[in-house]
Amino acid sequence: MYTFTVARRDLGAYLHGYAGYVILSAALFITGLLFQVRGLGAGAQYSHDILETFFENCGGLVMITSILLTMRSLAEERQMGTDVLLFTSPASDLQVVLGKYLAALGVLTIMLALTVYMPALIFVNGKVSPAHIATGYLGLFALGSATIAIGIASSSLFKSQLPAGILAAVVVVTMLLGWMLSDKTDAPFTDVLAYVAYWDKHFTTFQEGRLHVRDLVYYGSITFIGLLFATKVQEGRRWA
Amino acid sequence: MIEVRNLTRYYGEFAALTDVSFKVTEGQVIGLLGRNGAGKSTTLKILAGLIPPSSGTVTVDGIDMVAEPHRLRSRIGYLPEDPPVYEDMTVTSFVRHIGRMKGMSASEVDARLPEVLATAALGGRENQVIGTLSHGYRKRVGIAQAVIANPRLVILDEPTSGLDPVQIRDMRKVIRDLAKGRVVMVSSHILREVEHTCDWLLVLRDGKLVAQGTEEALTADQNRKMQIVVRGDANTLVEWLTQHPAVEDAVTRPMSDGTTSAVVTLRADAREQLAADLIAAGFGLRELRGAGDALEEVFLGLASGKAGAA
Repeated sequence: MYTFTVARRDLGAYLHGYAGYVILSAALFITGLLFQVRGLGAGAQYSHDILETFFENCGGLVMITSILLTMRSLAEERQMGTDVLLFTSPASDLQVVLGKYLAALGVLTIMLALTVYMPALIFVNGKVSPAHIATGYLGLFALGSATIAIGIASSSLFKSQLPAGILAAVVVVTMLLGWMLSDKTDAPFTDVLAYVAYWDKHFTTFQEGRLHVRDLVYYGSITFIGLLFATKVQEGRRWA
Repeated sequence: MIEVRNLTRYYGEFAALTDVSFKVTEGQVIGLLGRNGAGKSTTLKILAGLIPPSSGTVTVDGIDMVAEPHRLRSRIGYLPEDPPVYEDMTVTSFVRHIGRMKGMSASEVDARLPEVLATAALGGRENQVIGTLSHGYRKRVGIAQAVIANPRLVILDEPTSGLDPVQIRDMRKVIRDLAKGRVVMVSSHILREVEHTCDWLLVLRDGKLVAQGTEEALTADQNRKMQIVVRGDANTLVEWLTQHPAVEDAVTRPMSDGTTSAVVTLRADAREQLAADLIAAGFGLRELRGAGDALEEVFLGLASGKAGAA
């Protein structure tokens, strides 16, 4: 129950203030712009190529949006002194962290739902597999989930939003560059870095409409580790 | 109902609280007094379930704070000095949210909400966004969130700080009303506030409980100390005072207008007798009053370690 109470409060904070709408509007505007420039308006292309480009564009924006959404989550509670309300409530730290995760995921889901018209437009002059669309969105959802968890973990470490956002961005970019680093290192680091690669090895499969359990496990693992980290940091600040 | 036994808290090597014990029953407003660093905030944080004690026990209605902190948190309401509020929420939605966070069902919160808003004197502000409220009203919202779950213990840290005189008067009434059926613990450095609102006082110094009791009990000794101003010679007066059976000690000081001022410590509260004897002895009694603010004297004495515990 506490998880949903926290999630409802945070979702309300995102949607009652202007910050959530600004982030959503900017993300949707840029996604639409890129869809036109790199997709529909980029000359003759196969429909599935346009769809792949769309998911590629969306992937980048999902990561940025997730970091922007979560950098405030726990840091703002500390900054405003409202973490006392969480610490003096019977809710466990895991429930609080899960609530914040669900709220950010809810906003991200709204954003992704509002992009559905773009793949639908491909049907006007072309044809793509609905399974490809579904797989691509599942990938975006998994990517967003992992980035949100990284953002919340980072937010748990700071009292201010800005350093929380910067650290989350550094972590994500470092993991994105894993595939580049893997080429420059020797075994066993090559394999480790290649596996850690945030996008190259794991998101491109979704982008192309291929579903692999290993990729879901990868993003699920990062989500789990991020949320566990945030929970442990909260527990360190609170008694029992 | 609330029992604190041998409460001790260390921050590293530093003992912020040492062997503090007290017991309080419901219906009382307890005042926690002490200078900065005396251990007030540490005591309140332990009672609120924010930090654990290094040793000792706190029980509320028989539930052990150390063994079952999760169970106790719904029975304790806490308002820090700066009220923790979500500024983007309305008063009602915020208090409702805190009720849910304390484990109440939606229907329980809705049933209790009108009474809580009335107790915190928030009538007419129910649907106002908290960010637009004055500091005084935010304090009231803080009180509403502290009592929504009908806690057995309400902890208010400096509840009147930052309020104007009218708001302070209103807050006193709110605090008195809160004590019905529960314990309210108030920390304050404003002695007048403690005097006006508290039934029982706890005085901390260097992490130790140096005195506890009612205001009357704590200030009883101060009623033996008084200042007199008489028309007459200082030497004659001091000689007369030291021979008076009710006088324990006297310090005189000649004044420029020919009168003499004296601070007199009586063996018992014999103010009427002393006044009558002074007049009978031919001293022109100009003034006879308490030697100072009784509670303030006690507080300063206890807080600095220059007075014995009552």
